[in-house]
Amino acid sequence: MTMTRRQLLILLPAAAVAWDSILASTPEASPNYNMAEHWWAMLIDITKCIGCGSCVRACQLENHVPDGYYRTWVERYHIQDWEMEYPKVDSPEGGKNGFPAAKEAGGKNFFVPKLCNHCADSPCTQVCPVGATFISPDGVVLIDQKYCLGCRYCVQACPYGCRFINPQTKTANKCTLCYHRITKGLTTACCEVCPTGARQLANLKNPNDPIHEFLRTHSVQVLKPQMATHSKCFYYGLDGSVR
Amino acid sequence: MQVPVEGFMYPNEVELQWSVLIVLYPFLTGLVAGAFILASLERVFQVQAVKPTYRLALLTALAFLLVAPLPLQLHLGHPERSFEMYLTPHGSSAMAMFGFVYLWYLLAVLVLEIWLDYRYDIVVLSQTTTGWRRLLYRILTLGSTNISPRALHIDERAGWLITVIGIPSAFLLHGYVGFIFGSVKANPWWSSPLMPVVFLFSAMVSGIAVVMLLYMLLTTMRREPIDMCCVDTVAKYLFYTFIIDFSLEMLDLIHRIYEADESFRSLDFMVHTKLYFSHIVVQILLGTVTPIILLAITQVAKLNDLVRKRIYAVAGCLTLVGIFAMRWNVVIGGQLFSKSFLGYTTYKMGFVTREGLLMAIMLTILPFIFLWILVKLLPPWPEKTLFAKAASAP
Repeated sequence: MTMTRRQLLILLPAAAVAWDSILASTPEASPNYNMAEHWWAMLIDITKCIGCGSCVRACQLENHVPDGYYRTWVERYHIQDWEMEYPKVDSPEGGKNGFPAAKEAGGKNFFVPKLCNHCADSPCTQVCPVGATFISPDGVVLIDQKYCLGCRYCVQACPYGCRFINPQTKTANKCTLCYHRITKGLTTACCEVCPTGARQLANLKNPNDPIHEFLRTHSVQVLKPQMATHSKCFYYGLDGSVR
Repeated sequence: MQVPVEGFMYPNEVELQWSVLIVLYPFLTGLVAGAFILASLERVFQVQAVKPTYRLALLTALAFLLVAPLPLQLHLGHPERSFEMYLTPHGSSAMAMFGFVYLWYLLAVLVLEIWLDYRYDIVVLSQTTTGWRRLLYRILTLGSTNISPRALHIDERAGWLITVIGIPSAFLLHGYVGFIFGSVKANPWWSSPLMPVVFLFSAMVSGIAVVMLLYMLLTTMRREPIDMCCVDTVAKYLFYTFIIDFSLEMLDLIHRIYEADESFRSLDFMVHTKLYFSHIVVQILLGTVTPIILLAITQVAKLNDLVRKRIYAVAGCLTLVGIFAMRWNVVIGGQLFSKSFLGYTTYKMGFVTREGLLMAIMLTILPFIFLWILVKLLPPWPEKTLFAKAASAP
């Protein structure tokens, strides 16, 4: 095929524009990472969480989360006897600095780490008017920060309260499951620092991932199953009082 | 700014996401849809009694429609990206359809209908005025200066067809606003299939009320006699629509109370505390029950013109207050409680801020300024209609 100088001059700017968009939709360069081989999830073992807040601090440092906003946080539940419909819950500064001693005596106390559930049928993705929020082929709900309008519809649509508007960028923000780390073979910042291993990153497409054995042999639950979002945050030891 | 919180909120929920501007948005679009539906009564359903309000209703709808997207723009974190909704709309998003519904309604329905209805006037004015007005009217003719009886007949038929298309479009415009809220399953205060229908009927109520009030106010200001047959008919429609609207809202309320699902305790607490004044006092008692009773009195009692006019004025104003309170309770109320149903936050409205009270007041006044300009350029008064004048000339 021959091309005249005139044709080349017409094609070059178009190619330049196209190349920009190709680059924009390519995740951070990770040579050995194949999206098709992953379907990310997280396993949270409530019986192991000690409410130290390391995960919250690590997340804020790793992802530059502004003060007063949380990509992950820890809640402390206190349930007195049978009144599980009316638990007492607190999460001072998202549990970032741990928790003060419990005021109520008796009953049971436990900690519940929370983060984006990376739902397979996520309501936040459904409502985004421009598709700035999307589910990546490897199952992570992400936000294109250069495209988000900041309309806040996704924040309203998330049943778990995981989203916020970053006051600096004026766009929606939330847990990315440390996508910049997991695509390089690392685990998330919160999993990395958890001293008890209460959080485990899992690849559901990997048959050798220990999550499969765990899910087969333990009773696990997701948050608000009635929302039918196909959450991929699996909780072991989740009390029925947890919202 | 420290926001007072009762009980437990998820940490990211403390700050409200949608402000008073988002309250204003369904209020304004509701007025548009309601005003248009009132106008269509005359055009499509041949209710001759409301003819004096026909053009005013159309201009009112246009004035409010021009302002309707402004609160949204001011609310966006990145308004400069809002055009992306047209370029790359997300098919599954109710909000993405706003741009298209809005443009369709603005350009394909309202502007076209107004232009067709006023075309004779515009052509005559472009020949009889001078200076910048002449230039403006000449532009508004869009080069179409044929005002022969046959051309005007075609205008009339086309206008009728557009109104027929316009009625479902007006339903779509406001029904979809209700759907934006009603489809959020995460929020039990919003999530209801009745929401679009309630929004639609409340829109009709507010639109009819605003046109009735504007007609009475502007006619009085012009020192012309108010056509009582017209106002009585409009008030009758307001009354009937209000009954349907109130019944739907009560159906929703009774259903929630009787069903009493997991969110009920939380919502019930909210209605009895934080929303008590705006919901029970302003929306239901002052803004719904009172105007319905006032309008009912005019339907059953024989009252003289002056008393009826005063009752209509009071009922109309209370209606608008009530519908605004309804929007407030939906938008703000829906964000005051935690999705954990364990706590409540507070809405702190700024004053001189981008989404504050001053901005909301300015955006409420702006449509009336637009309407004033439109009325000056395109007089909607029946006795001043150039076509009517020409027709009655010997």
